[in-house]
Amino acid sequence: MSPPASDYALEVVNLNKAFGGLSVTHDVSLAIRPGERRLIIGPNGAGKTTLFNQISGDMRPNSGAIKLFGTDVTRFKPYTRAHLGMSRTYQIITLFTGDTLEHNVTLGLLGLRTSRWQMWRPLSYYGDLATQARRTLDAVGLLHLAERPISDIAYGEKRRVELAMALAQRPRVLLLDEPLAGLSNTERSQVKSLIASIPRDTTVIMIEHDMDTALDLAETVTLLNYGRVIVDGDREAVIADERTREVYLGA
Amino acid sequence: MKWIAAAVLTVVLALLPFLAGDFYVNLASQILIAALFALSLNLLVGYGGMTSLGHASYLGVAAYVCALLTSRYEFGHGPAAVISLAGTTAMAAFFGLLALRATGLGFLMITLALSQVLWGLAYRMSGVTNGDNGIAGLTRPRPFGVSLDNAASFYWFSLIVTSFAFLLMTIFVSSSFGSSLRGVRDQPRRMAALGFNPWMIRWITFIYAGFWGGVSGLLYVYYNKYIHPTSLSITSSAEALLGVIAGGSGTLGGPAVGAALVLLLKNYASAYIERWNMLLGLVFLFIVLVMPTGIVPGLGRLATAVRRGSR
Repeated sequence: MSPPASDYALEVVNLNKAFGGLSVTHDVSLAIRPGERRLIIGPNGAGKTTLFNQISGDMRPNSGAIKLFGTDVTRFKPYTRAHLGMSRTYQIITLFTGDTLEHNVTLGLLGLRTSRWQMWRPLSYYGDLATQARRTLDAVGLLHLAERPISDIAYGEKRRVELAMALAQRPRVLLLDEPLAGLSNTERSQVKSLIASIPRDTTVIMIEHDMDTALDLAETVTLLNYGRVIVDGDREAVIADERTREVYLGA
Repeated sequence: MKWIAAAVLTVVLALLPFLAGDFYVNLASQILIAALFALSLNLLVGYGGMTSLGHASYLGVAAYVCALLTSRYEFGHGPAAVISLAGTTAMAAFFGLLALRATGLGFLMITLALSQVLWGLAYRMSGVTNGDNGIAGLTRPRPFGVSLDNAASFYWFSLIVTSFAFLLMTIFVSSSFGSSLRGVRDQPRRMAALGFNPWMIRWITFIYAGFWGGVSGLLYVYYNKYIHPTSLSITSSAEALLGVIAGGSGTLGGPAVGAALVLLLKNYASAYIERWNMLLGLVFLFIVLVMPTGIVPGLGRLATAVRRGSR
């Protein structure tokens, strides 16, 4: 399938979502270019994760459209979006706790292959999956823990496994929901350089509270508040904007 | 190593008729049938995280269809077996469409409701099913001309079928599809985000479990040469579920051990106490308190602890 040509990796057009009377996404529009690093900021309850959940397909918007490289994916299931090149991580760590790190990353790889339906060959038959999983774990600096179950490793390491699972898929659009949440300073700089090293053929959209770290990674910033886009644009312009200070930086 | 152990176990089991009388051989056949039924349910409960309280539907429907075809419509056993398995599998596909609209408790209630409908039909549609009288006077098949009418030959037949089923189910859960299934059980949302279709994975498993439930139903009706609506009852579903949980859901051998336990309790305890269900309840309570993950994982942990302690 060849998607229609588009200038944007991800387009969100007039998106609306309400829970009962509470409007959590209000007429949100975003246009993100291929390779762009976009940071989404906003106070707690601004609707950042809800927006992500609609983009990834976990949640249906009430109205509006989501386009991935020009393809309207608004009504697509999450797994269809994954096959079109979208990948995400979660704010609350969502891993397979009983399984090894290698198995976790392998599942990420398996999800995009037809062998996920294979009913008589074990996962270990596909040696290239394990090799690739280990390569990805090496990239996030966790190769030495590959055989350990998730329940054995530290929180900061779990955060990196979250990233590894998404990165292993070589997504075209990567959604990172607070990848730095709850990390120590050392871990923070590790994950930061990891995110900085993501190749440019991946578009990165990131929700993050830690402005000091996140602003370094971002080129463009979107500020959300009460489900609305307040300011949207280049990093410097958004930082300088008075409304940003008002809403977020607590002036 | 595991394969060797399984092969040794199969050989030992095959020798049973030379060591024990007909009573015990028949009991062993019943255990095999109950084990196969529990193993098929375990695909749903243990590996898929889909707790069903209606799995007797597949056992009962396969048994009834086979009974009707062979007794009333004078089908041979071969075609009757094929038709009843195909029918049961198709029914599982349809029931799956209905039940998998929900997960968790909703799923459990839908499976229960569907099986209660079948149970009610078996009782009330007496023109077809002969109602509460059941269908009696059935025969056993003669595969390759071998009579299965004595205890030993039927036991060996059941052992072959159950071992083969166990092997195929083991391959199924160990496959990469099996990995997808366990992933969907543990983190359905993440799996969907990774590109897996959770619904389809569950549905396929539901159908596969229904098929093996049907196979156990055939063995059941061959063994008893009789079928009654109780085979479709909630008690029948619940006993299997009890066996799965007691033995260890999501383990390969656990459900077989659990099913054997339930069946033995039923057979022995009921000879001494009328309220054997109470005893079953107490045993189950004991297992849940002492080995919450089931007998097989519990004993495994115990063995590890003993080995560590003796060092």
